[in-house]
Amino acid sequence: MTHNQNRSTIIRFAIVVFALILISKLFYLQVLSDKYAEKSARLSIRDVIEFPDRGLITDRNGEIIVFNEDAHDLVVHFPFNKKEFEMDDFCRLVQMTPEEVTEKLKKARATRFNQKGLFIKNISTQDFARIQEGLFKFPQFDMESRSDRKYKHNIAAHTLGYVAEISRYELERDDEEYYDIGENIGKSGLERYYESLLRGQKGKQYFLKDNTGKLKEQYNDGADDTKAVVGTELKVSLDVLIQEYGEKLIAGKTGSIVAIEPATGEILAMVTSPGYKPDMFAIKNLGKNYSKLATDPSKPLINRATTSMYPPGSTFKVVMSLIGLQEGAITPNTRYSCNGGFHIGGLTVRCHGHAPRPNVGYAIQTSCNAFYCNTYREILHQDRFENIEEGYNNWKSYLNRMGLGDKLGTDISGEKPGNVPNANYFHKIHGQNKWNYVRIISMSIGQGELLLTPMQMANISAMVANRGYFYTPHFIRSDNVPEAFTTKHEVGIDDIHFTTVVNGMRNVLTNGTGAYVQIPGIDICGKTGTVQNPHGENHSIFIAFAPKDNPKIAIATVVENAGYGSTWAAPICTLMIEKYINRDTVSQRPELEKKMMETEIPIQ
Amino acid sequence: MSEKIYGQSRVDGITVLLYLLLVFCGFLAIYSSSHGSDNFSFDFSTKYGKQLIWIVISITLGAVLFLMDVRFFEAFSYAFFIAWMLLLFLVIFFGKEVNGARSWFAIGSFRLQPAEFAKLGVALALSRYVSDIDTDMKSLRYQLITAGIILLPIALIVLQGDAGSGLVFFSFIMVLYREGLSGTILVIGIIAVILSVLTFAFGFIAIVAALIILGGIITAFIYTNSRQLKIFWLVILACVGFTKAVDFGFSNVLQEHQQKRILVMLGLLEDPQGLGYNVNQSKIAIGSGGFWGKGYLQGTQTKGDFVPEQHTDFIFTSIGEEFGWIGSTVVIIIFVLLFLRISMLAERQRSKYSRVYAYCVLSVLFFHFLINIAMTINLAPVIGIPLPFFSYGGSSLISFTVLLFLLLRLDTNRENELDSDY
Repeated sequence: MTHNQNRSTIIRFAIVVFALILISKLFYLQVLSDKYAEKSARLSIRDVIEFPDRGLITDRNGEIIVFNEDAHDLVVHFPFNKKEFEMDDFCRLVQMTPEEVTEKLKKARATRFNQKGLFIKNISTQDFARIQEGLFKFPQFDMESRSDRKYKHNIAAHTLGYVAEISRYELERDDEEYYDIGENIGKSGLERYYESLLRGQKGKQYFLKDNTGKLKEQYNDGADDTKAVVGTELKVSLDVLIQEYGEKLIAGKTGSIVAIEPATGEILAMVTSPGYKPDMFAIKNLGKNYSKLATDPSKPLINRATTSMYPPGSTFKVVMSLIGLQEGAITPNTRYSCNGGFHIGGLTVRCHGHAPRPNVGYAIQTSCNAFYCNTYREILHQDRFENIEEGYNNWKSYLNRMGLGDKLGTDISGEKPGNVPNANYFHKIHGQNKWNYVRIISMSIGQGELLLTPMQMANISAMVANRGYFYTPHFIRSDNVPEAFTTKHEVGIDDIHFTTVVNGMRNVLTNGTGAYVQIPGIDICGKTGTVQNPHGENHSIFIAFAPKDNPKIAIATVVENAGYGSTWAAPICTLMIEKYINRDTVSQRPELEKKMMETEIPIQ
Repeated sequence: MSEKIYGQSRVDGITVLLYLLLVFCGFLAIYSSSHGSDNFSFDFSTKYGKQLIWIVISITLGAVLFLMDVRFFEAFSYAFFIAWMLLLFLVIFFGKEVNGARSWFAIGSFRLQPAEFAKLGVALALSRYVSDIDTDMKSLRYQLITAGIILLPIALIVLQGDAGSGLVFFSFIMVLYREGLSGTILVIGIIAVILSVLTFAFGFIAIVAALIILGGIITAFIYTNSRQLKIFWLVILACVGFTKAVDFGFSNVLQEHQQKRILVMLGLLEDPQGLGYNVNQSKIAIGSGGFWGKGYLQGTQTKGDFVPEQHTDFIFTSIGEEFGWIGSTVVIIIFVLLFLRISMLAERQRSKYSRVYAYCVLSVLFFHFLINIAMTINLAPVIGIPLPFFSYGGSSLISFTVLLFLLLRLDTNRENELDSDY
């Protein structure tokens, strides 16, 4: 008896021990391990993303340039339950063969993110209605709607940029983990620079799903859900009127036009040619156009206005004049003789016919080379400099203050700095301080090592228009313009010197190298440039601003391989100025306008 | 035997309370798993609606037991046993096939699983036979008949194709142990189980090799006289024979899906989409419950019907997910309290019949409890047996209730019984 009653104790003990084993294992599963909570969330909770409308882009007059239209994607959720899937019905719905569906599923699975894969991208509006209607039978599939870009004015492709699916590289660099595979992001231009403003904030709703993938109800009564926030409207400084006009003027030629409002630094137009229409890169068209344009030998994707660098040629004489005057190297009355050019030792810098012994005003007007070779010597070899390096660096510092040789910091990506070599560059070629102005004489007339982007040339023009300062050229015009764009950059040249230089630039139009393009009623100041190009015909360059007093527009135009500055770049600049100032009135020079628009200059 | 039928003790309130608690928790779990929404509503055509009806019927039947003469059951113990064995036999031929097993009688929409009630029959017969004053426990005849009472239903249920339900009857070994079954047999049994598991894991050859090496080491390094050595090597030989038998049985008697189940359970086979699917889903549901649970009717896996057979064999997942570790532990503690209470009731019986019966109840309930919960957390293979008082289904709820209430009925009569202890 006693023996067997002991056994009841053993039995009770065993029951408690087994129960403790169960409780311990449960403790491991439920409390110690996170694995199951994660798996549970993956299986039973689905997030439905609400994509906000991307912000509109409007021009300086409130004119809409870019807006949105809806685009639809069919997405599939994993894990995919094949047993519940009616292949035949589905094939009928999406009008594919079973093989295509299997293939697409495989691909969607391979690229899935958050258990969701893209099945069909960009469904047309007709297909959307049909598929949406039959989709309730396939709970694993969902229609997601997104916006695609549409263009009221099909212009300024390089400035606006485009929107496309985020790349693997961009995803990796997405530190805030905002984007998912298959989502869109601004790829270039303003769409990229102002992506975080334009995209808004996507919303997320969490739903419970059952074992077939069907959505059941809101998870946690929507407590974790977030609402989508519509993208901010981007007000930009472009003027649709002259942007469109500029694109017509330069069509068929290679080059670019940049126009700036001097008082603010706002970019009124940025034209580059050859180019493309922005709607060619709308999401639905991107696939068929991208590789075609990317491999086009004329390189239409390059934004020449900010990334092509040219010697500024004679337009640089404006800068040289200002530095010379400020440095006291010359006065408004300083004259240098010019016997068909500048001669020193065996070297000759040729010049063209004009009255002898010009002063600075006349030198600008007639674009005298010899005058600036002499001026350069006076700037670089002042008594207070111990060696050429000091003189050179002093000169270079003016250029840097004008935004040359460095990126301007415009709100568009991929900008190039131009080229203003530092002294070391010449030390290496010629030996430490074993060189003088003669060695670098070509820079005095804007050639040689000196390279500027059209944007920098336009900025010089704006700086002169302002008589000594500029604002970093920019596009944004919304209420909160970043401080970088409202900071005045003084270039360190006194007011008084501008009178001389501006008068010279005015004379260029009245009876100088640009007399051919003057417009009655508008006091345009300008400077031509004709840049020798070892690869072919000269580049034609012109910088200008107008009116002379209270300038409204500063502009630079480069037309590659087109010959004299006065023949192509100058007409285009002045037509742009005329259009901007006179707005809708017809040009007073219809012949010139027609010639510009219709002439094609093949790329060399 | 006394005639004082009016000198009855009070019904054991603690047991009834624990029973009602478990049934209540069970109903909550079934409501959650078959309702599928967090808005309260009620509908008798649903699973939880039907279960409520079964609960009412079960409690009514339990109460009816108290109106019956207690001696009726003892007297008709064998008759019950024979009747249920007959039903178990007939269902093989006339049963409705469900999930590959022919273990249900279907009359219209009413379905009955005789295997559930057979436990009661075996419990009665075993109690009657073991407590029989004429039985000589040492005799071979006693041992064979006892084994027969247990093995007959197992054989019949295995023939139905429902091996899992058959295993339940092995739990009666606990009863025999209490009544004096040699501890050595239990030790041999445990060694047999360990050897079997090792054989599934490593195969016959490896086990034989291991046994021989073990034997060699012991022979070489541990001094024993030749007689002990001889017995030792006979044991080794027996082990080898047993291993061979297990190996043969595993690969030739068990069906492939049963072999797989065992291998998946032992962790020797990964199969999350196939056989392991249920267990995997079960673990996800329970494991995601965390410490406090997701809240009643808030279980994402329960609502989404991710766990197959959740309202029946996997009902514990609903508790685990929605009430977390705390809720699971509370349920386990209630069960343990019930088991300890039954064990206490057993030991206070003066009649051996009542005591043996009480241990039968304990062993059946405990086995179901242990295997069912262990199966949901992958500590035991998936054998389709219900969690007592929780799992959906009339047959199991009624049979467990009657099993337990009959014990309570016997307990009320304990003062009237002759003290049959020896």
